[in-house]
Amino acid sequence: MNDTILKSITRIIVPFIQVYGVFIILHGHLSPGGGFSGGALIGTSLILFTLVFGVKKAKVKFSERVAEISGSAGIIIYVLVGIVGLVLAGSFLTNIEAGFPAGVAGTLMSAGMIPIIMIGIGIKVASTMITLFHTLVEEEVR
Amino acid sequence: MKKIIIWILFIALFLILSIGIFDMPTSPTLDAPSYNETIHYYLENGVNETGAINIVTAVITDYRGFDTLGETIVLFAAIVAVSSVLRIPSKKNEEEAQKHE
Repeated sequence: MNDTILKSITRIIVPFIQVYGVFIILHGHLSPGGGFSGGALIGTSLILFTLVFGVKKAKVKFSERVAEISGSAGIIIYVLVGIVGLVLAGSFLTNIEAGFPAGVAGTLMSAGMIPIIMIGIGIKVASTMITLFHTLVEEEVR
Repeated sequence: MKKIIIWILFIALFLILSIGIFDMPTSPTLDAPSYNETIHYYLENGVNETGAINIVTAVITDYRGFDTLGETIVLFAAIVAVSSVLRIPSKKNEEEAQKHE
C-alpha cells in the first residue's frame, strides 16, 4: 500500500502497540490479560506492519530464522519450567513448593513461575500469528 | 425406507438432546452443577498457594497448567502443519532437493 498517512501513522503506533503487549504479558498475574492476549497484541502489530509496508520489509524485521527460534522457544521455556518442578518437588509444573520465589502478592515480582510461563506463552502466540500470516500472504504474492 | 429410518434417528437424537437442554439450570442458583466446593477452594487458597492476585491466571497457569501446555502445543502443531505444506522453499533448498533427486 502506498499511502503516506497510513505509513506515518503505522510508524508511530506500532511501538506503542508492542509496549502495551509486553505490559499485558508481564502483568498477567496482576491484572486481566496474560500470555495469550499480550502475544496476540504483539502479533497484530507486526501484521499491521506487514499490511502497510509489504512482506519483504516485514521479513527483515521478523525473518524466518527468528520465527523458527521463537516458535520453539516459547514451548521450551514452558516445558523447562515444568521439568524444574518435576525435579525439585516431584510433580510436573509445581509452583511455590518447587522453590520458585513467591514474593509479596500484588507486586510485579511475585507468583513464582507464572510470569516465566506467561513470557513463554506470549512469545509462542506472537510468533505463531506472524508466521501464519507471512506464510499465507507470501503464497499469494508469487 | 432408508430416508424414513434416517428421519426417525434424527428425531430421536433431537428429543434426547432436548431433554438435556431442559435439564440445564435456567438461572444461576445454588444447586447448579458448576457451583461446587472448587470455587471456594480457589477463592480462599488461590493467593496463598500461587502468589498471583489474578485468580484467572492462577487457575490457567498453575492449577490447570498442563492444560495450557496442551493449548500451546496446539499452536505449535498448527504452525508446523502450515509451514510444512505452504512454505515456499528458498532457492538454495530447492537446488539441494533437486540434487538428491
